[in-house]
Amino acid sequence: MSLRIVVCVKYVPDATGDRHFAEDLTVDRDDVDGLLSELDEYAVEQALQIKEAADDAEITVLTVGPEDASDALRKALSMGADKAVHVDDDDLHGTDALGTSLVLAKAIEHTGYDLVVCGMASTDGTMGVLPALLAERLGVPQVTQLSEVSVEGGTVKGRRDGDTATEQLEASLPAVVSVTDQSGEARYPSFKGIMAAKKKPVEELDLDDLEIDADEVGLEGAWTKVDEAAERPARTAGTIVKDEGEGGKQLAEFLAGQKFI
Amino acid sequence: MAEILVYVDHVDGAVRKPTLELLTLARRIGEPVAVHLGAGADTAAPVLAEHGAVKVLTADAPEFAEYLVAPKVDALQAAYDAVSPAAVLVPSSAEGKEIAARLAVRIGSGIITDAVDLEAGDEGPVATQSVFAASFTTKSRVSKGTPVITVKPNSAAPEAAPAAGTVEQLAVTVADSSKGTKIVSRTPRESTGRPELTEAAIVVSGGRGVNGAENFPVIEALADSLGAAVGASRAAVDAGWYPHTNQVGQTGKSVSPQLYIAAGISGAIQHRAGMQTSKTIVAINKDSEAPIFDLVDYGVVGDLFDVVPALTEEVKARKG
Ligand SMILES: Cc1cc2nc3c(=O)[nH]c(=O)nc-3n(C[C@H](O)[C@H](O)[C@H](O)COP(=O)(O)OP(=O)(O)OC[C@H]3O[C@@H](n4cnc5c(N)ncnc54)[C@H](O)[C@@H]3O)c2cc1C
Ligand SMILES: Nc1ncnc2c1ncn2[C@@H]1O[C@H](COP(=O)(O)O)[C@@H](O)[C@H]1O
Repeated sequence: MSLRIVVCVKYVPDATGDRHFAEDLTVDRDDVDGLLSELDEYAVEQALQIKEAADDAEITVLTVGPEDASDALRKALSMGADKAVHVDDDDLHGTDALGTSLVLAKAIEHTGYDLVVCGMASTDGTMGVLPALLAERLGVPQVTQLSEVSVEGGTVKGRRDGDTATEQLEASLPAVVSVTDQSGEARYPSFKGIMAAKKKPVEELDLDDLEIDADEVGLEGAWTKVDEAAERPARTAGTIVKDEGEGGKQLAEFLAGQKFI
Repeated sequence: MAEILVYVDHVDGAVRKPTLELLTLARRIGEPVAVHLGAGADTAAPVLAEHGAVKVLTADAPEFAEYLVAPKVDALQAAYDAVSPAAVLVPSSAEGKEIAARLAVRIGSGIITDAVDLEAGDEGPVATQSVFAASFTTKSRVSKGTPVITVKPNSAAPEAAPAAGTVEQLAVTVADSSKGTKIVSRTPRESTGRPELTEAAIVVSGGRGVNGAENFPVIEALADSLGAAVGASRAAVDAGWYPHTNQVGQTGKSVSPQLYIAAGISGAIQHRAGMQTSKTIVAINKDSEAPIFDLVDYGVVGDLFDVVPALTEEVKARKG
């Protein structure tokens, strides 16, 4: 029986671009180039490795996002995923974490799954909560923040490097996992992969297809509200000295002046 | 007055500082009720009371250590049902956020993560967040359900505010469905004797410029002279020079100390994401064009192998 893997990938504004907010205080996605969240490349990579180790597995990459988010899916397909699901609906604009988890959970159930693989956090929202939210909604084990992961005969195993300890975890499938950037470099798409990706199927879904009410999602349906967003004032220019042999002393002088020593 | 649930982060009853900060913030919006799970409630309760907890709800069950996250959510939910609080505050650790998230789904509430400040508002608590690698500051609130908010370390100064801190046992039944992820083994991290990175008042970090694990003692010596924690950039961690637990940045720890010293770190956006809210920033870098200098209060353009040891000597001399 084939192992059905769903990888959740997010399309995010490039972190090295000049990110800001739109007038309605949602993340502005027009002025900064978007891309597949770098942290989700690790999720795609681990899914590919799990597939390579399995007898028979199929990887579906899933995104909830605007039309352009198909770029993120294409990238994941060119890395080697088999097919894609894109949930796109105008009513999704402004959806928050709880809403996104609702849509993702429905889309995952619609697709069918044994294993869901997520990144550790999205590079724009950086909440790191979606995998836990999904496990809760799907009612399956949460095996998250893994720096190592493997699947053998219906069991997923992994290593979680927590704040105070390293834990070895184990759960039966179906399960939701998330992997960190310590799990291993993601591969680059090959030319062959990029060509092949163009022919791979992308299923488009909207809220009706998933039987979700528009008022459960979007800016209006959000469980949280952003009232203000202000650019952080640039730090006032500091003092910069060139070390001519006295740099350490000068720095000590500054630190003493600030009462750090 | 409305009660505010505060989830206690502790190691066998030794309450970690971010929890005390949470109690301080909780008092701005109501009366803190602490939830202490696992061993050591007797040790923790007086400390929690000292910082304003009117009540300490406690539960210990083997499942908390045997299975990942979900049993703790069952317990926090039991506390929620018992108290009907006006808000739930949880420390922003990786686990704290996961616990908070699952509780939010269960009680049908919105969640805000990584708040750096919290105040009372007309429509419920208002959380300040620092977003896009700390280039924006937002104010948000939960608009549906009971606010569930996770708060970053160093968001407030813990204040003493003695309260009753009455200890009450919480009856918790861990659901079978919460026993899905088994913790097969657990290896506690060895203590370095230095302050915890996220809680430290001073952090000294080294980057690629440190040029080898064998040179990190240069950074450690400065840190020790200042009583600081040691951090590292991802480049230094990826090279295997320093443990990942010490990484500062987007995929490492986010720190907000009184003083952050970056040595041999260029200041990439992902590194800045984890340190930009530090109060005072100092950098030592031999490249005067390094972006880290845009952030500094004081910068020295020079070789860290000259400047850092000289600084360490000077600090030691001044401290006597
Ligand atoms: C998804 C993602 C997540 C990431 N997460 C993180 C993260 O959490 N934390 C993080 O730090 N990075 C992170 N990065 C990596 C980040 O983009 C940078 O690559 C990294 O921060 C660079 O580390 P560095 O400053 O030590 O190295 P470099 O950029 O190579 O800079 C080294 C600096 O040292 C200086 N130098 C060299 N020798 C000396 C000397 N003898 N004396 C003084 N100065 C010297 C050089 O002038 C240079 O400025 C992430 C990247 C991605 C894509
Ligand atoms: N809109 C989305 N579409 C698909 N996957 C997502 C989306 N948002 C978040 N995820 C997944 O959830 C992980 C954690 O995201 P977050 O909780 O937003 O930091 C990401 O690394 C993705 O794997």
